[in-house]
Amino acid sequence: MVDVAYEGGGAIAVSEKLDRAKVLNRLRLGDAIFRHMTRGAAIAVLVILSGIIISLVIGSWPALHKFGFAFLYEEVWNPVTEQFGAIAPIYGTIVTSLIAMVIAVPVGLFIALFLTELCPMVLRRPIGIAIELLAGIPSIIYGIWGLFVFAPFLQQHVQPFLIDVFGPIPVLGTLFEGPPYGIGMLTAGLILAIMVLPFITSISRDVFEAVPPVLKEAAYGLGCTTWEVARNVVLPFTRVGVIGGVMLGLGRALGETMAVTFVIGNAHRISGSILAPGTTISATIANEFTEAVGDLYTSSLIALGLILFVITFIVLAFARLMLMRLNARLGS
Amino acid sequence: MATLISGASSPLYAARRRKNAITMTLAYAATGFGLIWLALILIVLFWQGFSGLSLAVFTQMTPPPGSAGGLLNPIMGSLVMTIIAVVIGTPLGMLAGTYMAEYGRYDKLSSVVRFINDILLSAPSIVIGLFVYEIMVAQMGHFSGWAGAVALAVIVVPVVVRTTEDMLTLLPDTLREAAASIGLPRSLMIQKVAYRAARAGMITGVLLAVARISGETAPLLFTALNNQFWSTNMNAPVSSLPVVIFQFALSPYKDWQNLAWTGALIITLAVLALSIVARFLGGQSKKS
Repeated sequence: MVDVAYEGGGAIAVSEKLDRAKVLNRLRLGDAIFRHMTRGAAIAVLVILSGIIISLVIGSWPALHKFGFAFLYEEVWNPVTEQFGAIAPIYGTIVTSLIAMVIAVPVGLFIALFLTELCPMVLRRPIGIAIELLAGIPSIIYGIWGLFVFAPFLQQHVQPFLIDVFGPIPVLGTLFEGPPYGIGMLTAGLILAIMVLPFITSISRDVFEAVPPVLKEAAYGLGCTTWEVARNVVLPFTRVGVIGGVMLGLGRALGETMAVTFVIGNAHRISGSILAPGTTISATIANEFTEAVGDLYTSSLIALGLILFVITFIVLAFARLMLMRLNARLGS
Repeated sequence: MATLISGASSPLYAARRRKNAITMTLAYAATGFGLIWLALILIVLFWQGFSGLSLAVFTQMTPPPGSAGGLLNPIMGSLVMTIIAVVIGTPLGMLAGTYMAEYGRYDKLSSVVRFINDILLSAPSIVIGLFVYEIMVAQMGHFSGWAGAVALAVIVVPVVVRTTEDMLTLLPDTLREAAASIGLPRSLMIQKVAYRAARAGMITGVLLAVARISGETAPLLFTALNNQFWSTNMNAPVSSLPVVIFQFALSPYKDWQNLAWTGALIITLAVLALSIVARFLGGQSKKS
């Protein structure tokens, strides 16, 4: 666009110089503006995160001020007398997430193994995409499906069986005590397992694929079976990455709201039995926030949100550090 | 490899082979286990939702219990809030991603933002709802469609940041050098060359973000709330499809539950279509 100035010929050399300077100035200004806009946007991401933390702390201050540390370990949750304690939702969140991880981690790793070692090349992409579509289904769909289809199925077919088999065993029996409600911790945990499965699978598959083929071929050359290669070469090499993927899945399970809200039963108590209804942090907030009357009630719910955010932040940060360590190792 | 060691019949070999066979069977079983849920959920959705799918769903308002109706107001509410969220979130996310890939690829700010952004990407959406409640609903004193749209925008930003950065980082540096060598300033190089080359990937990111927010319920529960009636006022509570599904599914009325299933089918089809298109676009940009 600078060349436009030449059309007038050599006679207007002075104005041409001025024009050129003007154009360059404009470009320089545009450059600076764009640069600062992008920088500002990058900083805005940091502002959003700190905004979340600050607003949650301010919102939860009345509750934290009133109850102090007792908020973290009191079980009582009584809106009428305005007594609130967070341990029941925290317990529910941790138990449902643990059930989810116990199922999703081995299954996810085996699917990743299948996709990287056993599956025919043509099927790899379609099956991988199908598993990832599970992550695309909105959580509310899992909720409505869990409530109307999965919970009744568990109540009629699976839970009576579990009670019959494990009930009489002394220690294990307490886990399966009580009648089969259908909804409860176990149901929520199972649905969470299905929901986090794609996250664990896709990250494990990606890190499994990053193992240098030479390492695997060397092991095969020694006569190792596929399982031995996976167990002794692939897993040790990708351990940090797999842990990162598992943590990422855990972060999802801890914060999942709608699917759990449908099937958890929303009971503010701690029960030894995983068949019993319970509640989680996110389900409590989703169920009660719009109905909360009074500042202390609202503030207690926001305090629950703060606790959830701190827990997931730690888990997700740990996941990222692990994945970054793997990438650094692959780069070197 | 099996044939190679089949000659050796020592118990050790047999045990190793057996172990391998068992674990490989488990791998097949695990894959079947994963796929069966997708099939089950989709089958149930079609079974329950398809019969309710009619023109009335798209032309009538949500009914009071016991009478017929449709889902027009929640569908419109969802569409409007999604569009506003994308309009707010996309430019912000693209600019931030541009900074991280083009200007400060190795500086401290970028690595901090990258770390924070990855955490925001998986942060619980209900916490984002609480955040927007605190900064907008509590300040204005009432629930509003704007608050819902802002909550969704906060979810859009990290998705777009991530894909923009990834796509721009994939571009070969020779493109940038060629642009610089003909005297193009950096900002124009980014806008005219880099964005154009990474366009498919960046559109993929926006589509994925739309897919993500169109099913989000938790952040809307106490920002946009819900509205039984037709409303174009973004300053008042606005109905949205996921929240209506939540409310109707948990109600004791059969009509409402049926509408909830139909709504669930609509959302799922929309989201799956979006993510398949996004994948198709993403796959193309990787090949070229």
